[in-house]
Amino acid sequence: MSTAATLNAPAGGRGHGHAAGLTEEEEHGASKRIVVAYGFWIFLISDIIVFAAFFATYAVLTDSTAGGPAGRDLFDLRMVAIETACLLVSSFTCGVAGLGAQAKNGRVFQIAMAVTFVLGAAFLTIEMREFAEMIEKGAGPSRSGFLSAFFALIGCHGLHVTAGMLWLLTMMAQVAAKGYRDDILRRILCFNLFWHTLDIIWVGLFSLVYLVGVAV
Amino acid sequence: MNMWGKLSWAAIPLDQPLPLISSAVVALVITGVLAWVVLKGHLPYIWKEWLSSVDHKRIGVMYIVLAMVMLLRGFSDAVLMRAQQAVALNAPGFLPPDHYNQVFSAHGTMMIFFVAMPFVIGLMNFVVPLQLGARDVAFPVLNSVGFWLTATGALLVNISLLVGEFARTGWLPYPPLSELAYSPGVGVDYYLWALQISGVGTLLSGINLVTTVLKVRAPGMDYLRMPMFCWTTLASNLLIVAAFPILTATFAMLLLDRYLGFHFFTNDGGGNVMMFMNLIWAWGHPEVYILILPAFGIFSEVASTFSGKPLFGYRSMVVATMAICIISFMVWLHHFFTMGAGADVNAIFGIATMIIAVPTGVKIFNWLFTMYGGRIRFPAPMLWTIGFMVTFVIGGMTGVLLAVPPADFVLHNSLFLVAHFHNVIIGGVVFGLFAGYEYWFPKAFGFKLHDGLGKAAFWLWTIGFYLAFMPLYLLGLMGMTRRMQHYDVPGWQPWLLVAAAGAALIGVGVFVQIVQLVWSIRHREELRDRTGDPWNGRSLEWSIPSPPPMFNFAVLPVVEGEEAYWTIKQRAIARQTLMPEPEYADIHMPRNSPVGFICAFFATIMGFALIWHIWWLVIVGLVCAYATFVVFAWHDEHDESISAATIAGIDRANRKERLEAISQLRPAT
Repeated sequence: MSTAATLNAPAGGRGHGHAAGLTEEEEHGASKRIVVAYGFWIFLISDIIVFAAFFATYAVLTDSTAGGPAGRDLFDLRMVAIETACLLVSSFTCGVAGLGAQAKNGRVFQIAMAVTFVLGAAFLTIEMREFAEMIEKGAGPSRSGFLSAFFALIGCHGLHVTAGMLWLLTMMAQVAAKGYRDDILRRILCFNLFWHTLDIIWVGLFSLVYLVGVAV
Repeated sequence: MNMWGKLSWAAIPLDQPLPLISSAVVALVITGVLAWVVLKGHLPYIWKEWLSSVDHKRIGVMYIVLAMVMLLRGFSDAVLMRAQQAVALNAPGFLPPDHYNQVFSAHGTMMIFFVAMPFVIGLMNFVVPLQLGARDVAFPVLNSVGFWLTATGALLVNISLLVGEFARTGWLPYPPLSELAYSPGVGVDYYLWALQISGVGTLLSGINLVTTVLKVRAPGMDYLRMPMFCWTTLASNLLIVAAFPILTATFAMLLLDRYLGFHFFTNDGGGNVMMFMNLIWAWGHPEVYILILPAFGIFSEVASTFSGKPLFGYRSMVVATMAICIISFMVWLHHFFTMGAGADVNAIFGIATMIIAVPTGVKIFNWLFTMYGGRIRFPAPMLWTIGFMVTFVIGGMTGVLLAVPPADFVLHNSLFLVAHFHNVIIGGVVFGLFAGYEYWFPKAFGFKLHDGLGKAAFWLWTIGFYLAFMPLYLLGLMGMTRRMQHYDVPGWQPWLLVAAAGAALIGVGVFVQIVQLVWSIRHREELRDRTGDPWNGRSLEWSIPSPPPMFNFAVLPVVEGEEAYWTIKQRAIARQTLMPEPEYADIHMPRNSPVGFICAFFATIMGFALIWHIWWLVIVGLVCAYATFVVFAWHDEHDESISAATIAGIDRANRKERLEAISQLRPAT
């Protein structure tokens, strides 16, 4: 996504042909920044649909425990709460990084991104630990349909976080090497959208998988 | 643990002559073409102008070339099946069951994913920016990546012919048959990874085209001024964005079942087989409309152009298109009425299915009324359109018949169903694609295709189609189920022989199309289109030279109403002069980039390694693909500039031709 180049940009006052009586903005329609963010939103919608499919599957398979453990036997809400806190705070620091980039403030951007990375890593570590403990207890994904759906849904989110962290490091390196070029600022914008989306999805996961899973 | 995973020399089917010979022929053809390209010194041109191009027109053409080559592959599978069934009365025929099952699975997979899809996407890619008055799609490099990932998928399916095997599960791999317990080979894995990779490509292309239609239009090109093909493209790509993620998720689940012992769709461990049917058809039914909606758009353009009239009921057509777009997500259960969901659920989905026929009927009437009272011309694209209207109505009616659950209980899984969906896919999608191919070919290459040969191909295809598929309706009613390798009912054989003859006739039609292409290329000077408007067209793509320059429009057009170009043209004819020469300025276009090609190269390696469990190679492929993107992202210059003088030169030459052309024309009344 981050590498997408776009067209019809008025940026930098480059002249395309001028039609009579039109300003730059009218002539070219949306600016490059808007087109890129718009396209990325559409990608995010498609990504949310992937999660929707896994959510639906989880809903269907919740009771298919095949005689194995159910959610209330496995979930440790205390750890999940810490996990959630890490991710929610990381969304805030990610937003700060976005502001830092807009202000072209190198220190704010790099520090906020680094904190975001650490929080993301903490989130993943707790998730990995949870997975490892469950597998150790004999409650791995091949134990039952319910656990398959659980590991796939949470794991899909975890994979997204991992990819996001790789993207994050790439952006830190790129800003360090290239500064705040227009296209790099657009990529940071897209990364922000991506990271916040993962946060929103996690809120759904936390509520519907963990909270409901323990309550039922 | 073997370094090469499950891969060994045993994967080459040395004991089966048919796949061995056919893959040898394919390999020979590919080597021949490559050798010709290299020896003739065309390689730098092909690389610079095509393989690494990010121009939407070039990418569109490459999509269509891919589709046509794969059509030959998919069609040869069809011929094999027709021939097998023609002779397999109380006999084993020439295809053993194991091979026959791979053939019908590969046929469906090829035709939907690597013929219909790339053809449709190719036409949308080529035409839509031109109709919108844009210089390119929203994300040109992403466009190239999407194309090459599609090509990767096609390549993997074809590799399975020689190395290993293909799925035996049908074009949709229903579990539990597709689970590891019943399909332990690599066939299903080839299917799944090929479609996962090409599915990502399709999704990227869908995002790109949605953004293009919604955000990259010429000034004044309001939504209700867009040509119909742009509307159907929008609807189709919205469906891609909404439906393909479901396919990706579903295949991911099946892969987890097969690779890591998950229990999504297994018989044991709490898996739920019917969940697969629901998920796959939640993608699969919208997919049908992803294919047919753009075809509807093509018919709208063609019917209007060759009737010399604006499209009848433009706004009702827009509403019908968007209605189909939404309702297509509410009918998926009619693919498995026999699941046992109960009468109430079946009734709701049956009625929803019948309702979707209403906007489709609106469209048919709109095309008829577009023709009514028009001064109709009948070149090949128009013939395909009329052939479609007749054929598709039959297919649509058998569809409504199948939407009645009690009837479906009798007819499901029979050849009646096979006849129905070929009736709508060939009579709808394929006819539409051929109409679009003939219609926009002169725009892409600057010369028309030979019309007589095009008409001959049309008649051969149409008669061949009726011969090949009408008997299947009867056979279905006689109780013949689909996918039979042999049978023992003598009464079926005459009809199967007729169907085989129909397939042969279609084969002649395909041959005539190849002859048409070759003949037209060799006689291109006679068929040259100098004005850029060979059909007296109505939308903006006809306002620019054929083939269009890289930047499409010398200056962006200003749209003042529906039928943007028609208005301008009529004014010019009335005044016998063109608009005053515009002020030309430099244009910045994205630079060509090999990132799509390189990325797909690594995706191919990764896909192949995943299929054969060569884990280290998977990691190599993944890391290299990521590195490709990072290197691209590090570039400082992504644009190049085209000087105003160059643009002026191209545009002035075209204006001269057009001025000459309008002096021959009288204003339309």
